[in-house]
Amino acid sequence: MKSLGSIRRSFAPWADPAAKPYILFENVTKKFGDFVAVDDLSLSLFEREFFALLGASGCGKSTLLRMLAGFEEPTSGRILLDGQDLRGIPPYRRPVNMMFQSYALFPHMTVEQNIAFGLKQDGMPKPEIAERVGAMLKLVKLEPFARRKPHQLSGGQRQRVALARSLAKRPKVLLLDEPLGALDKKLREETQFELMDLQQELGLTFIVVTHDQEEAMTMADRIAIMDRGTVKQVATPAEIYEAPNSRFVADFVGSVNLFEGQVSSAGNGAMTIASNGFAIRSANGSEAGTGSTVWFAIRPEKIRVASRKPVGAEANAIEGEVYDIAYLGDMTIYHIRLDDGRIVKASTMNSARVSEDVLTWNDRAWISFDRDAGVVLTA
Amino acid sequence: MADLLAPATETASASARARPGMARMIRNALLGRMVIVVPYLWLLVFFLVPFLIVFKISLSTTAIAMPPYTPTFGFEDGISGLIAKFGEMSLDNYVWLTEDALYFNAYVSSIVIAAVSTMITLIVGFPVAYGMARAPASLRPTLLMLVILPFWTSFLIRVYAWIGILKPEGLLNQFLLFVGIIDEPLIILNTHTAIFIGIVYSYLPFMVLPLYSSLEKMDYSLIEAAQDLGCPPITAFWKITFPLALPGVLAGCLLVFIPAVGEFVIPDLLGGSQTLMIGKTLWNEFFNNRDWPVSSAVAVILLLILVVPIMLFQQAQARAQEKGR
Repeated sequence: MKSLGSIRRSFAPWADPAAKPYILFENVTKKFGDFVAVDDLSLSLFEREFFALLGASGCGKSTLLRMLAGFEEPTSGRILLDGQDLRGIPPYRRPVNMMFQSYALFPHMTVEQNIAFGLKQDGMPKPEIAERVGAMLKLVKLEPFARRKPHQLSGGQRQRVALARSLAKRPKVLLLDEPLGALDKKLREETQFELMDLQQELGLTFIVVTHDQEEAMTMADRIAIMDRGTVKQVATPAEIYEAPNSRFVADFVGSVNLFEGQVSSAGNGAMTIASNGFAIRSANGSEAGTGSTVWFAIRPEKIRVASRKPVGAEANAIEGEVYDIAYLGDMTIYHIRLDDGRIVKASTMNSARVSEDVLTWNDRAWISFDRDAGVVLTA
Repeated sequence: MADLLAPATETASASARARPGMARMIRNALLGRMVIVVPYLWLLVFFLVPFLIVFKISLSTTAIAMPPYTPTFGFEDGISGLIAKFGEMSLDNYVWLTEDALYFNAYVSSIVIAAVSTMITLIVGFPVAYGMARAPASLRPTLLMLVILPFWTSFLIRVYAWIGILKPEGLLNQFLLFVGIIDEPLIILNTHTAIFIGIVYSYLPFMVLPLYSSLEKMDYSLIEAAQDLGCPPITAFWKITFPLALPGVLAGCLLVFIPAVGEFVIPDLLGGSQTLMIGKTLWNEFFNNRDWPVSSAVAVILLLILVVPIMLFQQAQARAQEKGR
């Protein structure tokens, strides 16, 4: 496999066995009555990392964050921050700050007072508070709104105040609970990049909880995919997308075609999978032995669609019928129905304005993909 | 109508077409006015007119008559008679209130007792309201019901019941003697303590309900945010919870303080004969001395004492709202 590394080239402490984790979850379990919110979870995070917890609602990602902030105590297991066990330390003594999903701005205080709140609590001298608040307002570009009350601000401005307030104390770790959830799409995209720049600039560790995969993919150095209180995979966005370790992860992030089949031959890291009469040759193997059931996962954009059978023995190819077409402008998504009834999703970038090979509904069509275009999954 | 007047020019016909709409608008405006008029009429008939009658009596003189004061207005007087009778009225009763220290002491003592009771009610009511607001949502209606439940029994009966609890051989003393905390019965009945207990008990719902409504609206994540920013829970309470509950605190205090100042039943039943409260003084003037004019003057002054702070409070609230906008 070629490089599926971090976007920030030089930053990959998780790949270094000598690197010391900054935050460590050790066999953490959290139960609410009979409900297990977090189930024997272990996870290590590194300093200056932008880490995303991604999962559907109720998967335990917020609970994990709240345990780190100190609002919940683990039922069992322990959480270490910079080598210190956090058990029993109340939220107001932890060197982490949280940006709340609802922003939780104090309605009876001005923007300035909101940002200064934590600093005053620490007994910082007044001139220093004023200076820090000024710097924070500048950072989030809210200087003209210093004297406003939260209800006099727009959603995006409130989000910035919440961010400035949680950053004002220069926490070692900033926890962000669905930080962009309440913003509209355009603002959300802008703010994603702003958050990334801010994290780089301040050199802080960010942990963001989100259910929006695009948000996680855009911002994070690494993503943990969570499901029912457990972590399914922890990896860089590229690894998560291109080398998912299970059908759950492959299906959760982006769109995927899964071909179920049996290993007919394996060797040299490659294997051939018999999938209902379609022999898929894969350059990426797995430990699965001959005869065992596996899934060949391939993303729609890695499948080519053509009206004629492609030449060349390298490619896997099978014929079907165009079942549905969605034209999105920049790309077209085809649903091809194979002769055994399976639907395959394929997407093509519309890189030329006029295509020579025009396909339409009910046309016979060939799909093809390279041997290394997909991954073999055993779970 | 519009058709009969159909004029030749286009603009005029346009205005003619607008006329039925105009009529509807006027009708709606009148109807809207009516809706406002009804409560004002209610206040006029059942509040302002009685008050004016009381005020008029307070300017009269006692007389052995029916009703026991003079002058009395009648339709047979005529305009000149009426003017003559106005001349008979004076502020003598108000002067009298300043001459006898009894009234001044009664006012001061009433205000002090009401203020202390209001404070105790606030201290007792706040945790109750807070607990209710933080209770699971499914439990809250039941808890609210429990707060309102005492209203289903007569106020008078509930105050009487306290006599049975507080008297020297009452339930409380029997229990304390039985447990062994005290050796001889405590004297609570017919003291100020009994009045405080009575007022706090009777008016607690009026404190709890507005407090509950303002605490329930509060987002709990604000407390978490405060703690996250370094506030221990007690500081978070004073910096976040209490300021946000302030409208409820003020409303609750007014709802307890105002009726408590003029309270008559509780000091009469629980406070014994020595307690000096303006409600009792008024009752004595009215029924024992049969001095309607003086008791009316007492009532008018009491009203003024209570109305002035309420108006100041409302002004402050309006200003706060203006600033908040």
